[in-house]
Amino acid sequence: MKIQLALSLILTGLLLVVAGNGSADEFTKQDLKLWQDEYMVVVKEGRKVFTDPSLGNNGVVCAQCHPNGANTHPETYPKFQKQLGRVTQLWEMVNWCIRNPMEGESLDADDPSMTAILTYIAHERRGKKMAPGKH
Amino acid sequence: MKRRNFLKGAAAMLAGSVLPVSLVEVAFGKGREENFTFAYISDSHIQQISGKEFVRNFDRGLIRAVAECNMMDPKPDFVIYGGDLAQIGTRAEIDHGLEIMSACKHKTHYVLGEHDFYLDLGEYWQSQLGPQWYSFDHKGVHFVVLNSIIVDDKWINKWGSGEERMGVMAGLDNPLGSPFMVGAKQRDWLKKDLAKVSRETPLVVLSHSPLQKIYKGWNFWTDDAEQVQDLLKPFKKVNVFYGHVHQVQYNQIGNISFHSVMATAWPWPYPATYSQDASQLPKLTVEMNRADPFFERDATGWQFIDVWSGNTSMHLQLPENQTRTIGFNSKRQRPEDTKYQTKGIAPQEHY
Repeated sequence: MKIQLALSLILTGLLLVVAGNGSADEFTKQDLKLWQDEYMVVVKEGRKVFTDPSLGNNGVVCAQCHPNGANTHPETYPKFQKQLGRVTQLWEMVNWCIRNPMEGESLDADDPSMTAILTYIAHERRGKKMAPGKH
Repeated sequence: MKRRNFLKGAAAMLAGSVLPVSLVEVAFGKGREENFTFAYISDSHIQQISGKEFVRNFDRGLIRAVAECNMMDPKPDFVIYGGDLAQIGTRAEIDHGLEIMSACKHKTHYVLGEHDFYLDLGEYWQSQLGPQWYSFDHKGVHFVVLNSIIVDDKWINKWGSGEERMGVMAGLDNPLGSPFMVGAKQRDWLKKDLAKVSRETPLVVLSHSPLQKIYKGWNFWTDDAEQVQDLLKPFKKVNVFYGHVHQVQYNQIGNISFHSVMATAWPWPYPATYSQDASQLPKLTVEMNRADPFFERDATGWQFIDVWSGNTSMHLQLPENQTRTIGFNSKRQRPEDTKYQTKGIAPQEHY
């Protein structure tokens, strides 16, 4: 009980700190810059993972077949993946590549490296229209 | 007609298979008894994992190409290897690649690729295979092999080690790379070499990178392409074959026909699929199929090329796709897909 109370006090305190910079509905330029910078940190991290020979087990890297993330079509997922016979999400296809051409082990869907890869891929494809299901 | 023999000998015998090898028939001018063929294997990217372990997929591509090359009928007079035998050009990778190539029963002429070069500036490759650029004559045709993947000395010398330099150059899309060129020294050599050759003699020029400008970001590019083309202009019939791009490309610039050859390792997306930048893929090119990653050898295809009367016909055998022929249209003086040139290939749209 005591612990729960203490935890909730801590959480409330954190929320106050996070929300304390301004009123809720205002995005300042500073905020936007901060969030963009945070995003770009993960894009950069994604590029690192995308070219990391230790992601799989045979030294093959994502960028070897997908320069600049090309031919990954993030805007088309989820889609019916004919080779798997079901609708899949992009992270499943990333794991397919890690397991097969890269002879490695799958990442969890919410693994920070997976998030980084997906962020990098989406960034290289920015500006394209969403086209879920497209082949 | 000999063309039919290829299909009987190679394709029919291995019906439904994918041959990642190009067979080139050269049938220039004179008598048909002078016709000859050569095969073309390229871009195997043999990659070491550690010790005696190499990436299986890339080994298989080259092993298969060599085996199928040995089975071709008519037998090719020789084989051209189009460059990028190794992934990072270590002694182990080059040795392993050459060991696989040693099963090839035909004499092989090698072209140097950037993956063979940037670790030690081609030293080991050269110790095993000879000069980086050279020419030879075969049954009335003049062949020129160029090292088209040179960059300026400043870039070459700016790295702490050969490993670091190769690591950067091995990343096709690495923005720290540098545009390829043939360079003044080699252009000078080419000029002198061609001075001895009659303008009527058909030329076949073999380079690793395209001697035309397609997309700088991935080095589908040779910086001094126009200057090299200028040296080829006086000749009546010129055919340029190149590797590096891992995809079907063809073009006509003046008197020069350009054809890419397929890779045995993996296919590459067309540059236009990178939506943040513009490419200059020749308008003439009808693209190859969008590769199915679940089929390891897809979009490596097999093709034989006959260079009838000094012009090229390319025959592509593509898995799960219609066979294609890119022939020379003598009226329009350019290579064209005999079936898909005007209508494209709708279900294979690249995006």
